[in-house]
Amino acid sequence: MTALICNAIRKTYGAVTALENIDLSVAPGEFIALLGPSGCGKSTLLNLIAGFEAPTSGALTVFGETPHRPGPDRAVVFQEPALFPWLRIWDNVTFSPRLAGKPRAAYEADARRFIDLVGLTGFERHYPDQLSGGMKQRVGLARCLLMQPRLFLMDEPFGALDAQTRLAMQELLLHVWDTMKRTVIFITHDIDEAIFLADTVYVMSARPGRIRSRFTIDLPRPRQIDMLADAGFNALKRDIMHQLRD
Amino acid sequence: MKPARLRPLAQALLLPVLLVALWEYSGQQEWIPEGLLPRPSSVLATWRVWAFGAGGFGLNPYSGTWGPTILFSAHRVALGFLTAVAIGVPLGVFIGWSRLTARMVDPLIQGLRPIPITAWLPFSIAVFGIRDAGAVFLIALGAFYPIVVNATHGARDVRLNLVRAASMMGATRSQLLLRVVFPNALPAIMTGLRLGLGVAWTAVIVAEIVAVKSGLGYVLWDAYYVGRMDVVLADMVSIGLAGFLSDQLMLALSALVLRWKQYQK
Repeated sequence: MTALICNAIRKTYGAVTALENIDLSVAPGEFIALLGPSGCGKSTLLNLIAGFEAPTSGALTVFGETPHRPGPDRAVVFQEPALFPWLRIWDNVTFSPRLAGKPRAAYEADARRFIDLVGLTGFERHYPDQLSGGMKQRVGLARCLLMQPRLFLMDEPFGALDAQTRLAMQELLLHVWDTMKRTVIFITHDIDEAIFLADTVYVMSARPGRIRSRFTIDLPRPRQIDMLADAGFNALKRDIMHQLRD
Repeated sequence: MKPARLRPLAQALLLPVLLVALWEYSGQQEWIPEGLLPRPSSVLATWRVWAFGAGGFGLNPYSGTWGPTILFSAHRVALGFLTAVAIGVPLGVFIGWSRLTARMVDPLIQGLRPIPITAWLPFSIAVFGIRDAGAVFLIALGAFYPIVVNATHGARDVRLNLVRAASMMGATRSQLLLRVVFPNALPAIMTGLRLGLGVAWTAVIVAEIVAVKSGLGYVLWDAYYVGRMDVVLADMVSIGLAGFLSDQLMLALSALVLRWKQYQK
């Protein structure tokens, strides 16, 4: 079954058209990047998939079902970490299973594993405000992993980080994705990031937001940082840059 | 204590000590009549009899009654304050969270709020009589407003992304209220509690002057009527001390509840 289908999605706010005629089809396990300038409606599209907002018209299905409200089958990593400052890291990560009323035994081992996977072992008793920006995003990632969602929605999760931290987080995400093979919708305005991470890059244009073109990234996996300077990588980058500029 | 830490303390105490010394001196020189403004030393002596003197039916009716008097007031403050918390916090969080509740309840609260608790005194005596209930009602009413208003603000201030994060993790509406909106409002709620407790101490004095026959407020007015300005002054200091201590208690509670706040930049 297709992981995500968008069929002629349109979203307007009063007289402003944010998204127009969005068609998208994402296979299970596929990593797609939505690339575009700010104001192209890419975050709006993500909000529609997450169920935070409803499309004005058009159809949207996630594994065959139309989402009407947000739910733990679609995990969201936000641009600003959106952690609960009054909860310790452990309680932030395990928030979802605790909401569902699961006993600690049901999630404890997984929670430890994911906290370890994102490199936060030893920080369980810290509060979010004690962590750096990159570490907070790791918490945001770990809590989504623990939800075992069918869809990962990532809204420029590394956009606010410095270049070095961002690269480390991209590598971490690739590593996590290689082990999970879940479907990811990744929003970014960074061309390098889109190519480095995704199987497919969709380039969007602004006002109204539309999907302009689709690029298949056939760089081999697992991907390494060295690829960021490869000829193949640069050729793709050049093509995409032309698309973004016109 | 190190000198570096002692200095702010010395700076803080300098002015009060000078004032008390000037007051004492002008009393000794009889610039101010003792009956109008007793000297600090006589106020202290009065307080010692009031606090530690023998009780019973001696010549001094105040002797040994300080402890019970303070407890009467503190008890009323506690009852009224806790009533205000029990109603004000949930109601405020609900007003901040639900637009319907806000539309229905907020205008009523904002409409009644400009009526000061002093204006409620006759109403309170008419309804409750000269009994504790009247005083507790006034205290609760006075403390209620800052508590409900702050809780409303705190609940309203919740960031959209926190609500979204919780709902994508599967939170129901009541879970959002209890596990996101309420903890998010806690800093504001604690501010409201602190302000409310301050108002409660104001209200208890007013209520005891008019509506009951015991407590610091009652003694204050009673002593004034029999011309015991030394007792009036000792009473005023006692009220200040009680208010200060309960505020310190509130601050300590606040620091405990909001432990996570200390890391915020």
